[in-house]
Amino acid sequence: MSQIVFIFFLTLTIAVFSYSAYRIYRFFNLTKPAYPVKEIGKRIKLTIENAFFQERIFRKPVAGLMHAMVFWGFCIILIGSIEMVIDGVSGQERSLAFLGFFYDMLMAAGDVFAYIIGLFIIIFMIRRCCLNIPRLHGKELTKKNHFDAYLALSLILILMITLAGINIFYVASHSDYLGKFPISSMIAPVFAGMSYETLVLIHDINWWTHILLIFLFANILPYSKHFHIFMSIPNVFFSRITPLGKLANMESVTKEVKIMLNPETAFATAEAEAVSRFGILDVEDITWKNYIDSLACTQCGRCTSVCPANITGKELSPRKVIIDIRRRMNEKGPKLIKHGKDYSDGKSLIRDYITEEEIWACTTCNACAKECPLNIDHPTFILDLRRYLVMEESAAPAQLNAIFSNIENNGAPWQYSNQDRLNWTL
Amino acid sequence: MSEALKSKIEVPIMSEIFAQGKKPEYLFWVGCAGAFDNRYMKVAKSFAYILNHIGADYAVLGTEESCTGDPARRAGNEMLFQMQALTNIDLFKMYEIKKVITICPHCYNVLKNEYPDLGADFEVISYLEFLYLQIKRGKLKLDKSKLQGKRVTYHDPCYLGRANNIYDIPRNLINELGVELAEMPRHKSFALCCGAGGAQMFKDAEKGTKEIFIERTEEALSVNPEIIATACPFCMTMITDGLKYKDKIDEISNLDIAELIATAMI
Repeated sequence: MSQIVFIFFLTLTIAVFSYSAYRIYRFFNLTKPAYPVKEIGKRIKLTIENAFFQERIFRKPVAGLMHAMVFWGFCIILIGSIEMVIDGVSGQERSLAFLGFFYDMLMAAGDVFAYIIGLFIIIFMIRRCCLNIPRLHGKELTKKNHFDAYLALSLILILMITLAGINIFYVASHSDYLGKFPISSMIAPVFAGMSYETLVLIHDINWWTHILLIFLFANILPYSKHFHIFMSIPNVFFSRITPLGKLANMESVTKEVKIMLNPETAFATAEAEAVSRFGILDVEDITWKNYIDSLACTQCGRCTSVCPANITGKELSPRKVIIDIRRRMNEKGPKLIKHGKDYSDGKSLIRDYITEEEIWACTTCNACAKECPLNIDHPTFILDLRRYLVMEESAAPAQLNAIFSNIENNGAPWQYSNQDRLNWTL
Repeated sequence: MSEALKSKIEVPIMSEIFAQGKKPEYLFWVGCAGAFDNRYMKVAKSFAYILNHIGADYAVLGTEESCTGDPARRAGNEMLFQMQALTNIDLFKMYEIKKVITICPHCYNVLKNEYPDLGADFEVISYLEFLYLQIKRGKLKLDKSKLQGKRVTYHDPCYLGRANNIYDIPRNLINELGVELAEMPRHKSFALCCGAGGAQMFKDAEKGTKEIFIERTEEALSVNPEIIATACPFCMTMITDGLKYKDKIDEISNLDIAELIATAMI
């Protein structure tokens, strides 16, 4: 009976999750190419360093260590969760116990991590609500964002409490239990007075609560900022591996410029395909990398906390522009799928979400990109917004239009004659 | 040194050298700030003075040099950037240039990382890398007594630091000077931008509560330096403005690493 119930919930979970994944897959189909994913060896190395060893997160050592412990704990506990699924489907108990010593180690580590993570989650909650950490309270964060954060922390806390419950009451109800549970086995004797039936019942309640919450959590994630849990490792793997200072070349522009510089070839290449739009105006112009960045972002605000523009009170917040991508995709994506790529709702990412003031405040210093633990690339996205404004609307600030004409006319951003270029030697 | 820099210095011009059938080993790319910014022209001159002193085989493009297009690209004008880049690349090819030394980090970044996408094929070296190499090879010798004991802080330019991971070489050079290096709280990859990158140099800042260059200058002042060393023309403008704003310009000097090296050079 319990197997049937379990399989029902598992199937339901997989079905709903597949729907969510398909929805996001279709959003990805709306995006444009970014760069070819090459140098797989380098990417694997990067993923190991940044994701599994949590290199970037340690740029803030205290919060970093706590996050790393939670991450490593999750990795271990995940194996235990897989065992629970196997147990649930097969009706067995502790089906991975045949792994012997390895199993003992796994269970022991998982047991210790359950308590550590539980403790850290409580600290995270206190930190979020009671300590005044500016990056956790940016004005760009909505009520839903804050609710998401507390919901995720609460769910994880309950998951850890129930995991501890499973371990404690499993040990308490078995004299010959499998695996090792260093902390839970110390707590278990407290409940020695209870009857076997009661212990098993409490164990089962914890077990079911734990696994059903995991199923629920998995299906909340695709609609929450904590989709991070699924998307961050892929985001690191697919991140741009060229130097931070490098901007991608716009091939479509190169074709036009070559025609301008060398008109004889104009006829030969006149067939060059029409470019729909230079730069990014709206969500249909973004690349798959911009979109995966927005899905992986967990709104930690490390980027914004180091942004020179934001620190000095400007409107720009790198976190916000990344969140805006996802918000806009959620709004316009379904309609683009339904009505085709020419659909317009009279709004756009620029202006309705990201103002020109924000776009022009960036110094391209790359502090945000360097800080992001997931290698989110904010500056190149902001640059693509500028490319739209300048090349499609000629909407640069007046002072920048002045340097454009200076560069065109005398080959320098300032208005000096080329003939004076050696005056510095005098 | 300062005497030598008051009079005109001779620099080899690429077109003239090339006409004699010679190909200099290095092109010294001066950049627009080196050519036209009154303060940074002195940095260009100091660096050329060092090049002459060690007998480097180099030349400058002189009147043939033109903007790399970097500020246009960072301001979103890809069309103008590529026109500049493709024209410059043709010139480089004509002179068969294989190695380029830059003093401006923005020129360095765009020439090194972005020109290759448009067909450029030459090695790009930052003047800091070049200077350090010359010291290692024993070609450039410094008198440590010249600046001995001076308290120096170094402001990392974004386009050498985070953009290209050049953090240690400028510090090694400063340490070669026998000075005391005092790091700001935010340094190396944590360094705060001076506020001039991404074409901000050429426009007013957006509305805010503070100017970025003041925030950064205050941080530099917090470590009580006698000299704030910079390695970028835009950073220099910003930090010098900051010192003026804080009324410290008479007490604290803002010097480029090339100027410090030229001062201590034997």
